[in-house]
Amino acid sequence: MDTTLITGARPLGGEAADLLLRDGAIAEVGPAGSLSAPEGARVVRASGLIALPGLVDLHTHLREPGREDAETVETGTRAAALGGFTAVHAMANTAPVADTAGVVEQVWRLGQQAGWCDVRPVGAVTIGLAGERLAELGAMADSAAGVRVFSDDGKCVFDAVLLRRALEYVKAFDGVVAQHAQEPRLTEGAQMNESALSGVLGLRGWPAVAEEAIIARDVLLAGHVGSRLHVCHVSTAGSVEIVRWAKARGVDVTAEVTPHHLLLTDELVRGYDPVYKVNPPLRSNDDVRALREGVADGTIDIVATDHAPHPVEDKDCEWSAAAMGMTGLETALSVVLAALVEPGHLDWAGVARVMSQTPARIGRVTGQGGALAVGEAAHVVLIDPAARWTVDPAAMATKGRNSPFAGRELPGRVVATFYGGHPTVLDGALATPRALPASDREGASWSK
Amino acid sequence: MKHLLSAADLTREQAVRLLDVAEQMAATQQREIKKLPALRGRTVVNLFFEDSTRTRLSFETAAKRLSADVITFSAKGSSVSKGESLKDTALTLQAMGADAVVIRHASSGAPHRLAEKGWTSGAVLNAGDGTHEHPTQALLDTFTLRKHLVGGGQLGAAAGADLAGRRVVVVGDVLHSRVARSNVHLLHTLGARVTLVAPPTLLPLGVETWPCEVSYDLDAALGEAPDALMALRVQLERMNAAYFPSAREYSRRYGVTAERMAALTALTPHAQLLHPGPMNRGLEITAEAADGPRSRVVEQVTNGVAVRMAALYLLLAGEEE
Ligand SMILES: [Zn+2]
Repeated sequence: MDTTLITGARPLGGEAADLLLRDGAIAEVGPAGSLSAPEGARVVRASGLIALPGLVDLHTHLREPGREDAETVETGTRAAALGGFTAVHAMANTAPVADTAGVVEQVWRLGQQAGWCDVRPVGAVTIGLAGERLAELGAMADSAAGVRVFSDDGKCVFDAVLLRRALEYVKAFDGVVAQHAQEPRLTEGAQMNESALSGVLGLRGWPAVAEEAIIARDVLLAGHVGSRLHVCHVSTAGSVEIVRWAKARGVDVTAEVTPHHLLLTDELVRGYDPVYKVNPPLRSNDDVRALREGVADGTIDIVATDHAPHPVEDKDCEWSAAAMGMTGLETALSVVLAALVEPGHLDWAGVARVMSQTPARIGRVTGQGGALAVGEAAHVVLIDPAARWTVDPAAMATKGRNSPFAGRELPGRVVATFYGGHPTVLDGALATPRALPASDREGASWSK
Repeated sequence: MKHLLSAADLTREQAVRLLDVAEQMAATQQREIKKLPALRGRTVVNLFFEDSTRTRLSFETAAKRLSADVITFSAKGSSVSKGESLKDTALTLQAMGADAVVIRHASSGAPHRLAEKGWTSGAVLNAGDGTHEHPTQALLDTFTLRKHLVGGGQLGAAAGADLAGRRVVVVGDVLHSRVARSNVHLLHTLGARVTLVAPPTLLPLGVETWPCEVSYDLDAALGEAPDALMALRVQLERMNAAYFPSAREYSRRYGVTAERMAALTALTPHAQLLHPGPMNRGLEITAEAADGPRSRVVEQVTNGVAVRMAALYLLLAGEEE
């Protein structure tokens, strides 16, 4: 097994320390300079670098099966590793939809075979994301993939009765429904945030109320039936207020925000460049401010990428014909630094909380999002906080070239990622995937 | 001026120059031989992703009267309707050596993409994009208004002038109208005061930030004695989406009728009535009003050719003067 001694890194931005990773776990932790490398161990000099638990993304579109032209589990998880992630949740809106045990197990196995990080499939709430009948949630939970997060993401579970049943039903296996909050009638043909600007640009508006009305209904429902609810990609100031109100009332609700909603505004739509087309849409400056404050005060629990790669032809066209979505895995950490850490909303422990520990807890991902302490799984990311880099989509591991941050200079770089003690990223570049654990090899070949 | 994408981009000087050149063009169109040699050897491509016979014919006529070679791509029966992308179509045109691309597209901002992505090196003229803008329509509307309100109906008499102090009421489906957006910008730039009138459902969010006034009451707006009334097309499908309850109720509250025209001309005998066409007679305008003495609807079509000649001329030959 891999053994690595990390010297002089600052866990969660604290005092410099040495960490020994052995047999997939954190074997020893001591003050900087206190540990010596065992025979044959790899030594990673990390003075000046920040060590965080491996990042966990609750909202990733890996596109496989069905849209391998946009992304595959292999390319998407390479991007994840480069972004410092050791676990991603693969959204269910694939073709076929991940609404059966068979599909979620296939995606889970592809993740295992790729070896760049844990791939936790999200199961669809309804068959075919059609919003009509519940998918076999229990079968997906009981499958090898062990699904705990259920979402029709891309579509809203709009039928209140269906949502209520789903919220109740998943209690049996400690699952959570992750709602894509979008009132469908209010957003038919919607192209951008509804604002004075949408009126001027002649693009059909996606009003904030279409998100807020659903969140308000859903937190009331979740409170009524005593279920967990997770709200995907909160994008408006009003949504933050509603979630804050619900939490104060004791509703078991968690909420996520994307990196792009923390940094970008709808002003970018002015040039009609579809790289800025995303769902929910980029909002106003006031919304951005409220979202940042929401993360700072804990109303918003996590940052999740909503990484949504698209082939070039789906973005290299006129606005209304373009696909919605942005890549995010390889820029998420830097954007969080720019939007939350540099302005003083979060410290490094806060980054670990919103990008690793809490998403792992919401997704019930065992072994991820732990403390950097002896006995924990060795999922560790090393970050150079002083580095600055210019985003170049062509240089990314994701197949998607649709980064809204292209050309921007961002702070902080992932230097190394350790996935179960194995370095998937070293010196800022992809290293090697972790070999499939021997116990899983049989299952993997069986799946072929 | 490299492209004509949006009326909002035009300065007062550019707009007045366009109108002046258009008046010169219009004067040549009263001669027996209408064709000018100005764009001989140049290629103008009409790229119509959305059907609009009248705008297409107007641009075609304008380009031909300037002796340009004209190629027209229409959505129907061409590769465009078979899903060929804007990009590929544009690259094809580029390979054919288009000096100007006149584009009509259902997607707001499509002409901007075309101009900014480098898919064509030619000048891009927006012939209507989605619910965004239709700058040459606004130019022909202001041309018509200036000729009659300032020039006394004589070509050339208003040269160099703008529309300072004139008041224009625009009534109809502002929300979905590229004509309204372009006219608000251009009339404002030329010094006119614009009042938009529509039911609240057919006004965009944030319209109060536009450089105009807004009213829900057509009769009150006409009671302020504007110099011109412009009716916008209202598509009947809007009724099904609950923008208004019925065609009858719409016409009653917002329709341009002979009675309303009589009330207006009692206050302003010189009032001008415009409509960009095609008209839904009986919905936003009655036949009596459309065919009445204050109507410039037919003349607008003639003026459209002159304005488009001016736009093509200034974009393609303007710097050579
Ligand atoms: Zn979503």
